[in-house]
Amino acid sequence: MLSKIVRTISNQLILFILVFGLYIIMHGHVTPGGGFQGGAVIASGVVMMIVAFGSSEIKKSLRERHLSVVESSGALIFIGMAFAGMGTIFFYNFLVGTPVFGGIPPTGPNPGNVWTGGVIPLMNLGVGLKVIAGLSAVVLAMALFSSGEEIEE
Amino acid sequence: MRQVVAWFVLITLVAFLLAGALLIHPFGYPPSDMDDYMIANSQAETANNNVVAAVLFDYRGLDTLGEATVLFTAVTGVLLLFRALKKREKKT
Amino acid sequence: MMQYIPYNIPFIAVALLMGVALFIILFKRNLIKIIMGIAILGAGVNLFLVTLGYRAGGVAPIYTVAPEGVMVLPVPQALTLTNIVITVSVIALMLTMVMFTYRHMGDIDAKKSRLLRG
Repeated sequence: MLSKIVRTISNQLILFILVFGLYIIMHGHVTPGGGFQGGAVIASGVVMMIVAFGSSEIKKSLRERHLSVVESSGALIFIGMAFAGMGTIFFYNFLVGTPVFGGIPPTGPNPGNVWTGGVIPLMNLGVGLKVIAGLSAVVLAMALFSSGEEIEE
Repeated sequence: MRQVVAWFVLITLVAFLLAGALLIHPFGYPPSDMDDYMIANSQAETANNNVVAAVLFDYRGLDTLGEATVLFTAVTGVLLLFRALKKREKKT
Repeated sequence: MMQYIPYNIPFIAVALLMGVALFIILFKRNLIKIIMGIAILGAGVNLFLVTLGYRAGGVAPIYTVAPEGVMVLPVPQALTLTNIVITVSVIALMLTMVMFTYRHMGDIDAKKSRLLRG
């Protein structure tokens, strides 16, 4: 556990890091970014909390079992979105034209509309959950092991 | 002997890399038939502005599926190895 | 071939970077240094893909308030993203195995450990 200054600043910063990562994930189809990048941003925030507070404090609120569940659900969202278009072809963008993320942008440079993209924002969300949980679980397991704490079964 | 073999392998690989770097297309002017098709048609076909996201999740979606599988397998392997290591240390 | 050389300096830089990585992988005996070499190799592949897809005067392939000009190739950028994630996964797994090796044998020298001797 680091000093009180570092802990206070980390407590204030983690909120902005989470909001920024979620913005990068959910705007992945109109601006630079996407699931992998936003997931890496949020996992970096989790690593910052682990460094500031120590892994034994983080272990009380963030368990590897729950991270496994989040990672598997992200993978299931991704594969489910791929299989849901199976009526036409694998990875078919079946949501274009429906009320959910169904807008079609005009051809050429345009101001950008979040409500477009079909299944791609949902796939970004699934991949983002997967990357957040995966990287956080790896770093948490390494930190717990090197500090001699118990790793939960 | 091992050092000689290692130097031979290193020099051969770097020579091939340098030859490839000199024989590839001029920097800044790549051959681009497939990418021109994707840039021209991604807005009409996949309905999003980001062509990289369209390639990642629509045109080459199977590639991303394999990548997600690699990430899942690596995380599973890391957690399994740490649990096995912990159990072994508790026993001895 | 000679007229290509001034235009191909980024590719030569890629070749030298990957040469440095191969030198580290082939000649160092510390396992942590070998993992660093593999990370540098992944960085070299990323640099190669980005320079492969660059088009002279190009802008990013995103149509949201895009400026004028041709767009760089999108497929190498997607492959770069794939390569970054796979490099991170492989390095996490290798670091775990090195920690396992250190706990098991008390050393991370590739020559001294009995199981890793080639």
